[in-house]
Amino acid sequence: MNKARQNPLNSAAAHAVLIVYTIIALFPVFVIIVNSFKTRKAIFREPLALPSADSFSLIGYRTVMEQGDFFLYFQNSMIVTVVSLFLVLLFGAMAAFALSEYRFKGNALMGLYLALGIMIPIRIGTVAILEMMVASGLVNTLMALILVYTAQGLPLAVFILSEFMRQVSDDLKNAGRIDGLSEYTIFFRLVLPLVRPAMATVAVFNMIPIWNDLWFPLILAPSEGTKTLTLGSQVFIGQFVTDWNAVLSALSLAILPVLILYVIFSRQLIRGITSGAVK
Amino acid sequence: MTGFRIRWHVLVFLAPAVLVYTAIMIFPLFNTLRLALYSQVDQTTVFVGLQNFKTLFGDPNWSGAFWNALGNNFWFFFIHMVVQNPIGIMLAAILSHPRLRFAALYRSAIFVPTILSFVIVGFAWKLILSPIWGIAPEMLDAIGLKWLYQPWLGKEDYALTTLALISVWQFVGIPMMLIYAALLSIPEEILEAGEIDGITGMAAFWKIKLPLILPSIGIISILTFVGNFNAFDLIYASQGALAGPDFATDILGTFLYRTFFGFQLQIGDPHMGSAIATAMFAIILAGVCLYLFGIQRRMRRYQL
Repeated sequence: MNKARQNPLNSAAAHAVLIVYTIIALFPVFVIIVNSFKTRKAIFREPLALPSADSFSLIGYRTVMEQGDFFLYFQNSMIVTVVSLFLVLLFGAMAAFALSEYRFKGNALMGLYLALGIMIPIRIGTVAILEMMVASGLVNTLMALILVYTAQGLPLAVFILSEFMRQVSDDLKNAGRIDGLSEYTIFFRLVLPLVRPAMATVAVFNMIPIWNDLWFPLILAPSEGTKTLTLGSQVFIGQFVTDWNAVLSALSLAILPVLILYVIFSRQLIRGITSGAVK
Repeated sequence: MTGFRIRWHVLVFLAPAVLVYTAIMIFPLFNTLRLALYSQVDQTTVFVGLQNFKTLFGDPNWSGAFWNALGNNFWFFFIHMVVQNPIGIMLAAILSHPRLRFAALYRSAIFVPTILSFVIVGFAWKLILSPIWGIAPEMLDAIGLKWLYQPWLGKEDYALTTLALISVWQFVGIPMMLIYAALLSIPEEILEAGEIDGITGMAAFWKIKLPLILPSIGIISILTFVGNFNAFDLIYASQGALAGPDFATDILGTFLYRTFFGFQLQIGDPHMGSAIATAMFAIILAGVCLYLFGIQRRMRRYQL
């Protein structure tokens, strides 16, 4: 079977390239995490060595826990990400259902209007968004961030979900209608469960940019009580530049939650990207 | 459906998304374009037409910074196009090899940097490249290239390119995944037909696969373009809002931030900020239109 494309030399070369690149990709993360567990002296003397009994130290983590309110930042990031995702999925699925299910005047135009935001970044409107949030008193609230991220996520969500909803069988929905189900029940009970994989894809796509965003937390919610983890670690590291233990520990603490989420969702994410959802 | 009956459920389904999207995204976007036409004179807002743009493009106090940021931004984009996309394509081509072992493992590992925040990436590389810590010089020393070492992020000549390469390191996973998906969707029969004609290995890649994945490369290019022209976080996290050294790494995003939000001695000016945002909008729109009407339409798509 196609021997021409199989030869051991090629295969070894392929693995060599991939291993080198994997090392390049993971090396910085490795260096940061390993050194966060070492004493200051060991960090500088042997940056590439694993922590040993001698050099092991949690001093950095102690500083971080005492000086920065990382638990609060984490909680803020969690609230913002989860609520925004929920709203993106709910509103996005509802709009996608309306666009794919019903024929009404302006349907195509509405689809185009909602799709505009896929290519135009919401950051362009920041000046006016800030003005609006100031006027409505939402500055320095998590609500401001949630609203912005919901608006930011909707265009792609509507686009992807309506593609998937077009594939849901009409017979099923019509059977529901004959049984006297309302349009709302058909949407929530019949259609939503069937597009669950697409919803997961949308969720995973939106999760990373929301969690990692620095721009809007910096501008809309920089107060101590509303800092997200990304902004919190930025500010914390800025203040502790010379305390290498603290900086490395703060970085590791910021890496950890994302890495855990990635391990859980990586299959979903990769399947989402490779299934051609982004076209 | 009969006549002009309003179907309330359609409205109910559409309303939340349309309202939030219009209020938070579309309205502020146009409001920003409008604000660019006003200016603050003695505590009152007055209409000044295109004066802000004249200032931005022509006034020596502003134009230097603007053209600098724009030029830097194009360089930033250029590095992504010539480094990130070829590496991404190469990795995808290797990964898509049939019966390559551990493919899923490599794929997941190479994608890890993409999920990290700019703050982590910026600081991590700043530490690694730092002359104080010495990881970079030591590693270069180990392979006999110590003379190559420079404090790259601190030198005007290298800082922007270094940051662009850091950004490439972070995002190479995205072109890799998209191209990988495109390569997997090429039917086996086509490759086998090529084999029968004696086209294998590299030739098969250049003559069969590459033409088939061109549309995906187009999508990646426009995604990179849009992403680069509203980039901000990485520069801010590693070089600060002043985009040092001496504005060598200033791009439109950091310039916009300093201008409208104010920084240190500079007082925020929402109207000049809006003018910069409008310029960014125009650039992104031009890029997207060029892609949609100029490139995507002309690209040959093969029916598989």
